[in-house]
Amino acid sequence: MRDFASRHPVWTVIILLAVAVFIWLIFAQWPKELVDVIGRKKVFLNAVFNGITLGGLYFLVASGFTLIFGLMRNVNLAHGSLYLLGGYIGYFVASSTGFWLLAFPVAFVLVAIVGIFMQIFIFRRMEGQDLRQTLVTIGISIVMADLMLWGFGGDFYNISPPSWLSGPMETLFVTGVKRSSGELIYLKYPVVRVVIFLASVVIGVAMWLILNRTQIGMMIRAGVDDRDMLSATGARIQLVFVGVFAFGAGLAGIAGVVGGTFQSVAPGEDIRFLLASLVVVIVGGMGSITGAALGALLIGLAEQFGSVYFPTYAVVLTFLIMVLVLAFRPQGLMGRS
Amino acid sequence: MKKHLLAAVSAAAFLSTGAAFAADGPLKVGVLATLEGTYTVLGEDGVRGLRTAMAVRGPKAGGRDIELIIQSTDASPDSAVRGARKLVEQDKVDLVIGPLSGSEGIAIRDYSKTQPQVTFLNGISGAQETTYVTPSDNFFRFNTDGAQWSAGLGDYVFNEKGWETVATIGEDYSFIYTQVFGFALEYCQAGGEITERFWVPLGTKDFGSIIASLPDDVDAIYLGLGGGDAVNFLNQYQQAGGDANLIGGSIMVDGTVLNSKGDAKNALIGTPSAGPQADTWDDENWKTYVKAYQDAFPPDQRFPSPSLLATGYYNATTAAMTCLDEVGGDLSDGHAKFRSCLANLELDAPNGKITLDGNRQAVGANFVSEVAEQDDGTLVTKLVAIKENVPQTLGIDPEVFAKIGLPSRETPECKSSY
Repeated sequence: MRDFASRHPVWTVIILLAVAVFIWLIFAQWPKELVDVIGRKKVFLNAVFNGITLGGLYFLVASGFTLIFGLMRNVNLAHGSLYLLGGYIGYFVASSTGFWLLAFPVAFVLVAIVGIFMQIFIFRRMEGQDLRQTLVTIGISIVMADLMLWGFGGDFYNISPPSWLSGPMETLFVTGVKRSSGELIYLKYPVVRVVIFLASVVIGVAMWLILNRTQIGMMIRAGVDDRDMLSATGARIQLVFVGVFAFGAGLAGIAGVVGGTFQSVAPGEDIRFLLASLVVVIVGGMGSITGAALGALLIGLAEQFGSVYFPTYAVVLTFLIMVLVLAFRPQGLMGRS
Repeated sequence: MKKHLLAAVSAAAFLSTGAAFAADGPLKVGVLATLEGTYTVLGEDGVRGLRTAMAVRGPKAGGRDIELIIQSTDASPDSAVRGARKLVEQDKVDLVIGPLSGSEGIAIRDYSKTQPQVTFLNGISGAQETTYVTPSDNFFRFNTDGAQWSAGLGDYVFNEKGWETVATIGEDYSFIYTQVFGFALEYCQAGGEITERFWVPLGTKDFGSIIASLPDDVDAIYLGLGGGDAVNFLNQYQQAGGDANLIGGSIMVDGTVLNSKGDAKNALIGTPSAGPQADTWDDENWKTYVKAYQDAFPPDQRFPSPSLLATGYYNATTAAMTCLDEVGGDLSDGHAKFRSCLANLELDAPNGKITLDGNRQAVGANFVSEVAEQDDGTLVTKLVAIKENVPQTLGIDPEVFAKIGLPSRETPECKSSY
């Protein structure tokens, strides 16, 4: 940190200023002139929080994707199908048992099992052949999409959160002052989104701890750096592969339940989330968990700010970020060249 | 030897395609429907409507067997043209029924001009431009357009509901422009005011920030969304604690949304809307049609009652089969008799009588309805009022109508007279 400040004094000042302005925008009561220029504070605050929570969802999907890629150099283009499968499983568990929370472990375990099968029966047979693996995963995603369309139909499934999670809650952020009484108006925000965001933070931190503080994590990191050397030291690399694949797939399953709760599950979502996680890992850097978190946050914020401040070009914004990253830092923001 | 074999095979291939053109062979009908993407459910029900028509009228038309070729699109114009090219140029179909979505319709109209040997019957796409601007001679639309579907709604919400200011939110493409166009013309003439219009890309999933930016000082919010977008909006709207009055566009309160899984749809109860049908209409023709739809499919593979998309495809198919019967399945005159039959047909449709105007665009009835919950918990559109014989120009003088301009994000302006 101090190194950075002494090497790039100008950038440090700019970044600190930007952070200060951002914090002021969030906590201050906006003067009228500012409202005239960029609209109401409520809209801005909502865009910030929605961007962060959407980023949380993208992070859940993309972290599994990036982990699998980092370790096995395998671009799993069926990752979106795993997400969709998790969503359907979550819907049926939640609606038949009535326990929303139960949907998460069940979706995690079932989708992880699918992931284990994919690793053992397909990817292990074509290890190191990147192109073949990529083509096969495209094939699998098409087959799975059609099977799910056959099984669940084209309907929109919407997982209902329990009553204590539905509806909005009051937050501590002030959006304005009532003209009549001078009372402060506080921002109302959907509870379910807050919970989902907290959950993805917890999962992210847990993943970071496992990767950096445990022996299994050490093995995975070693495998990311040099797979052959790791197996030469006697580590059971195949077991690590299966474990990581299962975990990554399971995360996609959990993300499906999350996505089904605050959006909806339907055919076509698989492609959308595959694309989102591709963009996220390209921006963040292939194989890096912190990169996935940063990329997800950026893309989530870009989508939400785009949707309110320049709706026509919202879609372009996401890809503009990707283009800029590829142009100036092709390995991704957190990627190692 | 090899050469001979090749010659024989190509001769056989030539003969077999030749046979398909003979009047007694099966009639090839291509179908375009959105069977992928955000409008999947809508496309599926459209195909169900088509199959219902064939179940009612039997598998033959004009004495010829019908061979269906169904082609999936994803609501984008290029997917529709790609699908139509495949049907026309590769499968050599005689008729195309479809497409489903607004901008697809405009693209297919243009494509149909390059293929005069094929007759196109619109599925249920509802952009105004499709038949209003440079109409195509071999493109027939037996459904009213998005603006006609709004007929009666503006009056109803202003005069009966007393909602004087409205903000609209809609998907950013031609069909929703047309819907808002129809709503705005009537609502503004009645005295209402549209304060803001929000447009979101088709396929938007996260409406969080847009919901926050909806104004809270309007009487009601008009929702021009469909399919998955509609369900996502309602879900997130409830989570954000939204409680404004809602007005529904035609595919917002359609069976495709009212039958989605989960609680999101309950936000719609009581929402007024308008469209080419109302579920609870007690007309005999309508009831017979609903019964036929229910009989054609087992309960778990259909909606409790047909959506407007099913009705659109049903009507197009019925019109085509009626006229094929009339010409005895003979299309050898370049479809001339068949097309003149279509142009002059008075279709006794389940949702009221339909005739075509000079642009081969439907003139028909429109239904104002409200969403109601039935005893078994399902949601239906309950009939409020019927407006008969709504023309494409909505009863406005055609010259004045032309001056308003084509539906777009900002057109029409909200004025008390035009």
